[in-house]
Amino acid sequence: MSSQTESAAPGGAEVVTYREAIRLALDDAMAADETVLLLGEDIAKAGGPFKTTVGLYDKYGADRVFDTPIAENGFCGIALGMALTGLRPVTEIMFSDFLPTAYDAIAMELPRWRFMSGGQTSAPVTVRASGGGGGRFGAQTSSTGESWFLQFYGLKIAVAGSPQGAYGLLRAAIAHNNPVVVFDHKAMHLRKGPLVRGDDRLAEVGKAVVARAGADVTVVASLLMVHRSLEAAEALASEGIDVEVIDISWLRPLDVATVAESAARTGRLVIAEEQYHDGGWGASIISRLATAAAPLATPPVAVSMPEILISHSPPLEDAMIPSAERIAEAVRSVCR
Amino acid sequence: MTAPSQAVLRSWLEQMVLIRLAEDKVMEIYMQGLVPGTVHLCQGQEAASVGAIGALSVDDWLLCTYRGHHHALARGMDLEAFFAEIMGRDTGACRGMGGSSYVIDASLGMIGSPAIIGAGIPVATGAGMTARLRGEDRIAMCFFGDGACNIGAFHEALNMAQLWRSQVVFLIENNQYGEYTPFRDSTALPPDAPIAHRASAYGMAHTVVDGQDAIAVHEVVAQARAQAVAGDGPTLIEAQTYRYRGHSRTDPGAYRPPGELDAWKERDPIGILAARIGASGEVDEIRERLQRDVDEAADRAAEGPWPTLDQARNYVFAD
Repeated sequence: MSSQTESAAPGGAEVVTYREAIRLALDDAMAADETVLLLGEDIAKAGGPFKTTVGLYDKYGADRVFDTPIAENGFCGIALGMALTGLRPVTEIMFSDFLPTAYDAIAMELPRWRFMSGGQTSAPVTVRASGGGGGRFGAQTSSTGESWFLQFYGLKIAVAGSPQGAYGLLRAAIAHNNPVVVFDHKAMHLRKGPLVRGDDRLAEVGKAVVARAGADVTVVASLLMVHRSLEAAEALASEGIDVEVIDISWLRPLDVATVAESAARTGRLVIAEEQYHDGGWGASIISRLATAAAPLATPPVAVSMPEILISHSPPLEDAMIPSAERIAEAVRSVCR
Repeated sequence: MTAPSQAVLRSWLEQMVLIRLAEDKVMEIYMQGLVPGTVHLCQGQEAASVGAIGALSVDDWLLCTYRGHHHALARGMDLEAFFAEIMGRDTGACRGMGGSSYVIDASLGMIGSPAIIGAGIPVATGAGMTARLRGEDRIAMCFFGDGACNIGAFHEALNMAQLWRSQVVFLIENNQYGEYTPFRDSTALPPDAPIAHRASAYGMAHTVVDGQDAIAVHEVVAQARAQAVAGDGPTLIEAQTYRYRGHSRTDPGAYRPPGELDAWKERDPIGILAARIGASGEVDEIRERLQRDVDEAADRAAEGPWPTLDQARNYVFAD
């Protein structure tokens, strides 16, 4: 692995793919804490359907890396039982679209268990899921799923917008004493970026990241939309529009303060989200800013998915997922 | 496995009487308006929990259910904390955050009591995995009802528990009804086969026991516990028992055939154990003495303060 990942990136950073950052986070977390163990489909001997666990079975053994049956609700419940008794399990849900098969364990048991016991128990379970479109996989394997759990208070929710985010958020989730769902995006898996590893590189829980500083417009994005917003920002720079891009990173806790501070400076807000707008984190941000009477120069705009479902047919899928051009056009519209 | 001593059997009899009195008391304070929500009572099922829990070590973990007052009391939960929890008070075992369905004491190894049917079965399997991975002489004891044997979590968990030799013992308290429906109307089985038969699909050990006989339940649970700790896998035990009351507070149980309840009461678990240990003549005295404890605990519990929203906020997330 190291020959592929080491490079001359500045500041001591390696340049790695996003999925390698996930694998390294799991590896480093398991090395740092022997109570960390992994459960998921095809993740042990086969190294994971998305190659996020390659080598970990050989390194840590059959008592730390479990190939599960295709039974998400069951193995997420098993993870809860492990967590209640002193372990720190990480479950891999392959496609985000499979999360609903485990809805009881993730939505109803994990977030409420501690509360129902009056604080007698804690459930440090990390649930990982790879989501998002672009792979031509069709209606049941293309959702990001990122906002599905927002109404299940008691869960924390992270979304990885870069290799550094993928690493730091996952490390933070595993070390955290509460259940965390960590989403990554399949279309980012082979994208490379700088990564600084280490036990001091855990993301701060609930803290958004400014991916690009700018003065004219605030764009808030998650997952693949962070990348597309950065692309849009580069294109708009040549038109004289200086875009700030915020990688929201956590949907709970939602870092409204960082967004509000940025929007107060720029006076203009665009949400870029690969999901339907209603009921999602983007709508929450607009609501929070509106109720706080944020002084925006123009009304905020959300670039979201049209209210249709995702097909495997290329022109249809491309029309569903916000492009850098759509994001750029939204930025122009709030600048007019 | 040694047979329980006369002193132990005597303590079981007292526990069973205590559970019966406590459940009657719960109904009484419910009617007085002291219990929010509803309650699911277990009169008639005392032997299954007392016999099973009598076979456990102090380190073992328990997963209970919404009909779980007998598990809590058999494991030794403080009576005042029990009643206060059911009344929603800050002095309750779960600080008033849970209620009747969820009453647990983690310091006694009770790690959960979900109201969602079957949800505890994977959780117990996971706890049993912790014991196995650490090589500990410890199991997870998982209680659930006949109604839980048709939900996916049951089958998913049994599959993985057997596959991975989790140190767990599954005990079905088959009280004949899943809510209002006789279990055979909802559970596909070969004619006359017990529910425990389903374990054979997973290559898992299974056994059926008279759930009204605490000594018999103890014996099969002790054997299953030893098997699990030895790394030989879980057992699915079916304790055949009966729920004297309806499903919940508002259910009079009118769907039960005439005479069924009376026939089961002929085999009352308290009477059976008392006769087995030659203590039939002492049950009245035990009842009188424990009734005072129950009344006093419930009275004290009713004095407990209500929890506040600020306290509730602190129970959501760990630091």
